[in-house]
Amino acid sequence: MSDATNNGPVLSADGMPLKRSLAKALRREKLRALMLIAPLLIFVLVTFIAPIADMLFRSVENNIVEDTLPQTVVALKKWDSKSGSVPDEPVFTALAADLKVAVEAKTHTKLGSRLNYEMTGISSLLRKTGRRVDKWDLEKDAPFKEKFVDVDKDWADPEVWAVIKVFSSKYTSGYFLNAVDLQKTPSGIEPRDEDQRIYITLFMRTIFMSLTIMFSCILLGYPIAFLLANLRPKTSNLLLILVLLPFWTSLLVRTSAWKVLLQQQGVINDILVWIGLVDDGNRLIMINNQFGTIVAMTHILLPFMILPLYSVMQTIPVTYVRAAKSLGATNWTAFWRVYFPQSVPGIGAGCILVFILSIGYYITPELVGGTKGVFISNRIAYHISSSLNWGLGAALGAILLAAVLILYWAYDKIVGIDNVKLG
Amino acid sequence: MDKLPIYATTGQTIWFYAFRVICGIIFFFLVAPIVVVIPLSFNAQDFFTFTPEMLSFDPAGYSLKHYRDFFTNSDWQSALYNSVRIAPAATILSVGFGTLAAIGLSQDHVPFRRAIMAVLISPMIVPLIISAAGMYFFYSRIGLQGTYIGVVLAHAALGIPFVIITVTATLVGFDRSLTRAAANMGAGPVTTFFRVQMPLILPGVISGGLFAFITSFDEVVVVLFVGSSAQKTLPWQMFTGLREQISPTILAVATILVAISILLLTVVEMLRRRSERMRGIKPT
Repeated sequence: MSDATNNGPVLSADGMPLKRSLAKALRREKLRALMLIAPLLIFVLVTFIAPIADMLFRSVENNIVEDTLPQTVVALKKWDSKSGSVPDEPVFTALAADLKVAVEAKTHTKLGSRLNYEMTGISSLLRKTGRRVDKWDLEKDAPFKEKFVDVDKDWADPEVWAVIKVFSSKYTSGYFLNAVDLQKTPSGIEPRDEDQRIYITLFMRTIFMSLTIMFSCILLGYPIAFLLANLRPKTSNLLLILVLLPFWTSLLVRTSAWKVLLQQQGVINDILVWIGLVDDGNRLIMINNQFGTIVAMTHILLPFMILPLYSVMQTIPVTYVRAAKSLGATNWTAFWRVYFPQSVPGIGAGCILVFILSIGYYITPELVGGTKGVFISNRIAYHISSSLNWGLGAALGAILLAAVLILYWAYDKIVGIDNVKLG
Repeated sequence: MDKLPIYATTGQTIWFYAFRVICGIIFFFLVAPIVVVIPLSFNAQDFFTFTPEMLSFDPAGYSLKHYRDFFTNSDWQSALYNSVRIAPAATILSVGFGTLAAIGLSQDHVPFRRAIMAVLISPMIVPLIISAAGMYFFYSRIGLQGTYIGVVLAHAALGIPFVIITVTATLVGFDRSLTRAAANMGAGPVTTFFRVQMPLILPGVISGGLFAFITSFDEVVVVLFVGSSAQKTLPWQMFTGLREQISPTILAVATILVAISILLLTVVEMLRRRSERMRGIKPT
């Protein structure tokens, strides 16, 4: 409107068009906000996001074959793995040259353990060959084909060569396939051997146990949250401390407490024997199995269910239930048709939180889970610190991470990440 | 729910008491495991259960020997020393960066606010084992694996979400006209921050700091992977203790840690109430 009357844009005090002046101020404000956030953002990106990215990268990275056997990989390009014949002399010459360098740098054993994940026996084959290759002379001792077969007849097995060829690319989906009990073979993707198919079971078990823990948390958390939300503030604040105390207590303290309680010579068994419910000879086995993990983790995660439920229930007006009852609803109908639907957002928030936390749990299953009660995270830890199959560990981690991020996204949609409250 | 109304039917009366009993049992389930550790830590024997002497309250059944072991054993002492060295450093880092960022995030116009928030909160959501694995890979690449600085940085990253959440929560009710009034009276941005804004958000900052501290002080998984034996912390020592040579000294340590958490819980609760009072929110 002003344009029409004044024949020009509205100006601010310093003669700049108001629109531009406002935009400039807004830009400055945005920049200031970003400047305040920037140090932390960079810090988190370097100390946290970069490591996660590194892990994702390692789950597909496969430089080792090409780095250790560069000439062999090139020479193998011409060889058809489906022909069923052993590669020709040039490949063996290249292998001899590569191995000589590798033995010098001691990298052939690493390659051996890498390829051993795909085909058992390659590790020892490379170790054995490495010792002999060291003494050969590249010029004088050619041709090498017979010599290699002489060291170990496995070199005449086209299968070995096919495995090297299949895994000679820089990136591989092999780890991810292994993580879902499949494997990459020269003839395509196949299920792994019966005795190595453990990961699908482990994933299923992790999900099943997390669901059990989640449902136990609803079952135990709902009455408590209901009680807290319907008591006088003074009493409920006092009782809330009983919920917050375990929340604040060290995780290891709670885990060790359960270990003490559930042991065969532990407190619960002692009490049961004392009352005579259980015979001293056959005390209950409650630890180092799924039962132990579920009980201990329900206890540990229960506050994460109670707190969101409580904060939602606090906002439900009491008058609704009274209105329902005055309209003739029974106690149960008033609760189930009026109160419960209003508490569903709290259940949703608590469930996602508990489920997210439990599928990635490591410490408690490791300590009280034995062999049957462990989660996928225990397997990841095993691959990283004991078996050193980092690629497989990273692939399992990437799958777990994807599952958690989907749930995180759902949580953000339902609850909003800004609304997370602590204590 | 506080009192049973006089017109309650028999069924309602029964349910009223039954519900209380059920809740009592659940509260027992929540607290008993923690409480049971305390008397057991005074056991004179190396057992993890109550001995007949303890049950008959015979003084001979109780002793402080597990506490003595904790305070004299060099393994436990160096673990305590490491924990005390790592946690405060990590807390200072996360509180410093976190408070600044929380103030930035609470401004009116922040581009990509949601995305930034999601990134900053992620250390709390991503399973610890994945963070630990990633940090192990990445920190060994840049030579921080097995160093004090590496562990401090890792723990600071884990503590940041807690600082962000608590500080943004106190900033939600923050009255902007206060900073404008300060500026109007001639205070520079720095003076305004320290004299006006800081005192008001201090409770949030402190409780965020306590959360960050307890996160680091209680953390095992990441330190297991990122640290080396020179950074063995108290939880790490407890973890190995529980897994290998299970010794009752763990119960003494557990009791001390429970005492610390009760102390921290009290401080946080007092701060929360103070903050609500100062911002004029009625305590619920």
